[in-house]
Amino acid sequence: MTSAAQPRIWIAFRAEIGTDPHMIRAISILLLFQLAGESLSRGLDLFVPGPVIGLAALFIALLIFPKLAEVIRVAANGLLAHLSLLFVPAGVGVIAHLGTFGTNGIGLIVALIVSTALAILAAVLTFVLFARLMGQRHE
Amino acid sequence: MNDAVLLWSYLAQEPLLWLTTTLVAYTISDWAAGKAGRHALANPVLMAVILIALVLWVTSTPYATYFEGAQFVHFMLGPATVALALPLYDNLPKVKAALVPMIAALFAGSLTAIITALGIAKAMGITGETLMSLAPKSATAPVALGVSEAIGGQPTLTAVLVILTGISGAIIATPMLNALKITDWRARGFAVGVAAHGIATAHAFRINSTAGAFSGIGMGLNAVLTALLAPLIARLFL
Repeated sequence: MTSAAQPRIWIAFRAEIGTDPHMIRAISILLLFQLAGESLSRGLDLFVPGPVIGLAALFIALLIFPKLAEVIRVAANGLLAHLSLLFVPAGVGVIAHLGTFGTNGIGLIVALIVSTALAILAAVLTFVLFARLMGQRHE
Repeated sequence: MNDAVLLWSYLAQEPLLWLTTTLVAYTISDWAAGKAGRHALANPVLMAVILIALVLWVTSTPYATYFEGAQFVHFMLGPATVALALPLYDNLPKVKAALVPMIAALFAGSLTAIITALGIAKAMGITGETLMSLAPKSATAPVALGVSEAIGGQPTLTAVLVILTGISGAIIATPMLNALKITDWRARGFAVGVAAHGIATAHAFRINSTAGAFSGIGMGLNAVLTALLAPLIARLFL
């Protein structure tokens, strides 16, 4: 590579990664909070999973250091935009384990679907009722 | 011919093949879901799962081999859960204003999820280990597995039930809430997060960012509440 060519390649490279200059820092921050969460969860034998503790810790960190939000924004939104994809490997595992249903398959599926629908209904109606009682008009 | 067999037996053991399969299957499913006008039944997770399961079945690949490659995608669930702190922070004023409705909805949704699951299954003749495995189905997977084990369920069965709850919740929610004319994105998001954890949260983010943020909160809070309530309620159904 000639020295004259270098800047141009460098500029092209910068343009390529230019969409998120904080990418590596952002991923490091997310992983550090997950690591802290996992350590707390296992170390103190808590029933709350590590990533959920990491979520709470990062939320508190954001309240204290608002600038952190802009560092993680692109990476965090990128991950959340493709959250569905991340469930695919575990979903494939379901097919591999359908045998665990045994003879109770239909009963389990009916209970699961009806109960999930009722839980959504109960939660959404309660939310709307309390919001109205508090005189909130939603946007 | 022999070379092709050798190549296949090499690739089939490598993470690259199954990681690529996962991403390609999802890309195709997401494109198909878009073509279907994001119809509730055209759920990209469900379609990708069926597509990959077919490939594994045709190539007689064991799930463990597939997961060697897919684990890189699976791993990102951890940092993605941590990343939910950002929409929570961005929506802070809305979250503060909705504190009371959220707590009320959390208890209503969490109790309904546990009691109706156990009640319906018991009425259909399901008992013992299998029944207990169903109790924590609306909580996010790691919590549900822990609860299942603690109350005498089967964690593997619980894992399957949790994923199926997420997929059914994501499929049912939009048509049901539209039919009820619920237009409050906070309420819609929060309810699906409580009832159907991360898979519904992922679905909510695709529809509306406020719904996604509230869904993430619902998921996180119900993880904690299910861990506390499920063992108490499960005792009544033994």
